[in-house]
Amino acid sequence: MPVQSPISSVNDFVVRFANVNGSGSASANELFARSILRHGVPVSPRNIFPSNIQGLPTWYEVRVTEAGHLGARGGVDMMVSMNPQTWDKDLASIEPGGYLFYDSTKPMPASKFRADITVIGVPLTAITNSTYTDPRQRQLFKNIIYLGALCALLDMDPKLIEQLIGEQYKGKEKLLSSNVHALHLGRDWALQNLKCPIGLRVKKSDKVGDRIFIEGNSAAALGAVYGGATVCAWYPITPSSSLADAFGSHCKKLRHDPATGKAKYAIVQGEDELASIGIVIGASWNGARAFTATSGPGISLMQEFIGLSYFAEIPAVIMNVQRAGPSTGMPTRTQQCDIIACAYASHGDTKHVLLFPEDPAEAFEFAAQAFDLAERLQTTIFVMLDLDIGMNHRLCRPLKWDDARQYDRGKVMTAEMLEDGRDFGRYLDVDGDGIPFRTYPGTHPTKGSFFTRGTSRDRYARYSEEGSVYADNMQRLVRKFETAQDMVPRPLQANAAKPTKYGVIYFGSTSPAMDEAIGILEARGHQLDRLRIRAFPFHSSVASFIADHDFVYVVEQNRDAQLRSLIVNENGIDPVRLVPILNYDGTPITARFIANAIGDHQDQLQVTPLRKVKS
Amino acid sequence: MTYIAKPKFQHPGLPKNDLGFTHRDYEGKVSTLCAGCGHDSITASIIEACYELSIEPHRVAKISGIGCSSKTPDYFLGNSHGFNSVHGRMPSVLTGANLANRDLIYLGVSGDGDSASIGFGQFAHSIRRGVNMTYIVENNGVYGLTKGQFSATADRGSKSKKGVMNNDNAIDLVAMALQLGASFVARSFSGDKSQLVPLIAAAIQHKGASFIDVISPCVAFNNHAGSTKSFDYVREHNDAVNRLDVITGRDPITVDYAPGTVQVVEQHDGTKLALRKIDADYDPNDRLAAMTFLQKHAAKGQIVTGLLYVDHEAEDLHTHLDTVEKPLNTLNAGDLCPGTPALEKINASLR
Repeated sequence: MPVQSPISSVNDFVVRFANVNGSGSASANELFARSILRHGVPVSPRNIFPSNIQGLPTWYEVRVTEAGHLGARGGVDMMVSMNPQTWDKDLASIEPGGYLFYDSTKPMPASKFRADITVIGVPLTAITNSTYTDPRQRQLFKNIIYLGALCALLDMDPKLIEQLIGEQYKGKEKLLSSNVHALHLGRDWALQNLKCPIGLRVKKSDKVGDRIFIEGNSAAALGAVYGGATVCAWYPITPSSSLADAFGSHCKKLRHDPATGKAKYAIVQGEDELASIGIVIGASWNGARAFTATSGPGISLMQEFIGLSYFAEIPAVIMNVQRAGPSTGMPTRTQQCDIIACAYASHGDTKHVLLFPEDPAEAFEFAAQAFDLAERLQTTIFVMLDLDIGMNHRLCRPLKWDDARQYDRGKVMTAEMLEDGRDFGRYLDVDGDGIPFRTYPGTHPTKGSFFTRGTSRDRYARYSEEGSVYADNMQRLVRKFETAQDMVPRPLQANAAKPTKYGVIYFGSTSPAMDEAIGILEARGHQLDRLRIRAFPFHSSVASFIADHDFVYVVEQNRDAQLRSLIVNENGIDPVRLVPILNYDGTPITARFIANAIGDHQDQLQVTPLRKVKS
Repeated sequence: MTYIAKPKFQHPGLPKNDLGFTHRDYEGKVSTLCAGCGHDSITASIIEACYELSIEPHRVAKISGIGCSSKTPDYFLGNSHGFNSVHGRMPSVLTGANLANRDLIYLGVSGDGDSASIGFGQFAHSIRRGVNMTYIVENNGVYGLTKGQFSATADRGSKSKKGVMNNDNAIDLVAMALQLGASFVARSFSGDKSQLVPLIAAAIQHKGASFIDVISPCVAFNNHAGSTKSFDYVREHNDAVNRLDVITGRDPITVDYAPGTVQVVEQHDGTKLALRKIDADYDPNDRLAAMTFLQKHAAKGQIVTGLLYVDHEAEDLHTHLDTVEKPLNTLNAGDLCPGTPALEKINASLR
């Protein structure tokens, strides 16, 4: 008998599946997450996977959260232990009073268990082997059988799972019925042999609403389709490859001419990241909307071209799905660690526009907007995703598009304008916003051509090494960056219920954990105003938010507080007033972590230093 | 000397091509290269070829990397857009530009350092993708702008101006282009304009990846005794297999030559090339034989020039990607954005 009383919770718990990579568990686990959604209960799943094809451990974590907390929670209430390699570690990670679900075909010594948890054994291998003879079938259906057992244990509605299986295998009757059969094999065994349900239960609710369940990479790729990208050049790299793949599959459905069947897009898998960004820059120079998808090592390789885009003023969109660096780092773990590398990419004085989507819905919007910004500002726009948003399904608001929206192609001088005698200087600031006009190649027989180069030149694109000419151009680029401030998505502020001297700045995938942490902190008596930064260059409201508070926490997922450095550097803020809260072990940041770190700091602040100041 | 403006005055009696343009309409800025540089002769040949083909100058996009050769696009086709990009990366920039607008003519100008060293990978991959372009390497075997270091095309055993012997094996870009599937491959010599001009013209007309290696002596750093890229050496060892004399449209060729000395090569789009044979046995439609021929002659120290290979059935990257006929850069939101109804469907499938 466990000493600890078993955890009892309805619609609020964490189940973690420990599997072997390549065993076909991913689709069964995803089915589990989706079926809970069909109960009207929000879930937040996360893949924790190795840089490997087959054999190494992989985990899938599902946070069941009626309250809608979509960040990682930390801790495991129920472990579905399907991988002997990680048994000990998995067992240790279960919360006291939690549950262990395992394959009991082979007896295990008592020393392999814990007294303070509930152990649930199901002879999965025995059931599977007595039903199936084909080895691949045995492997795949074992996953569905444990799903069936969980259905009984967690009191889930089997009809909802059947419905999902039906949608998945529509038109493939044989696969459909065999999956449903396997589901019931597991469910029936559990109902007959185990006490069902256990303390953790899924109860029907209505908290999902019209939200959708999508991966950030797929949403960003769809944003590129809606944003009018026609050229995509990329080189495979985790965790961004699925973005380019998704662009291809979306285009296949949405971008073929109905009459001729021909493609209204071109996708090239480059020989490396240098070629990929080169293709993007060549296409954008020639008036097409083009992008690449990459991750940290790719950003390092693209540096020279990014500088060319900045200095020669050629639009480019780079979707950077960040992973833990430096070097190869942890290719399958998440971080927000390329902020500085992207903001100041390339040699010489440069600054680049960064967009920070918080979830797939914003990844869709920002990806589409990035093409307008790139062409308006004639420079590189980074869409800064990360592995946590990019490669995990996330519940988010439905994607929206305004059909009246036209693409902003920026300042492009046409043959008619040239014919009318408009003065064309490729680097001439005609409107005082730092943005010059450009022409597409082939526009006019005798007017508007120019020579694009990465070397210094004058306002009319003529080569020049004159100091004053160079400085004039560099100053204009600063003006252009100032113009960008009011074009990029603004920060969003949410104030605490009561006036407070403390604020917190956060961005990107930290959002759900931050929102949840605010609730925990309020319960501890700490009031915090929030500012979610959505882009660089920083809007003026960032500086005023900091000015309005004594201390501002900057929550990030990197070691060196990169966003904080960027704020200090760009806004001339006293670093003492920005307190870094940093999570950088490669796991997604949790509300518990944020609340503890900020809460502890607040407790300290409220004891000594403030009184000193007052006295 | 770009600060010296070229006089705009031109002789009223200058001959005009079919479009009414004179040579002057195909020129660019005054060259800043050394007097006597082979590259300037190539520039002149490009101007001549474009004039003869009656190309609208602004319908050419000229793209280069970095180096002496890559500066030259500023010296021809002044009404064309040019792009002096990044060292060794002309091929990727050109590939992207070509994807954006399939209707322009793409002229890639590069050097031996740009294409055989830093950009060897991009050279290879643009060729194997079959990008519709004319890729010209102005090959002098030496780094000029940085004062005379060997490049990767310098022959083993050749001597630098300082007297240093090159011990590394040379990269033969023509052999590489053949192996990588270029559908038009030629080699010529900057000092032989009568051979070079028609080759450039034919390459421009060819729909697919055209590659021309032009040996172009560097008068400052690689024109001495012991060099294998000097004017004297190339003249002595030049082994031309054929001379391309006439390029026509789809009309029958009516050139008067002795029987058996002319080979007419018909291209995929119906255009015809008339080749005057010098080496009677050489067949420019046989990729495998061309590779063998090249290797055999290289072993004897001979530099094989002429139209070395042309593929009747050339295809290009746009064919492989099955892209729409309309240039991608002309498509607007109406063509590209699937709109709200499609998005609603996608949303519904994600619940």
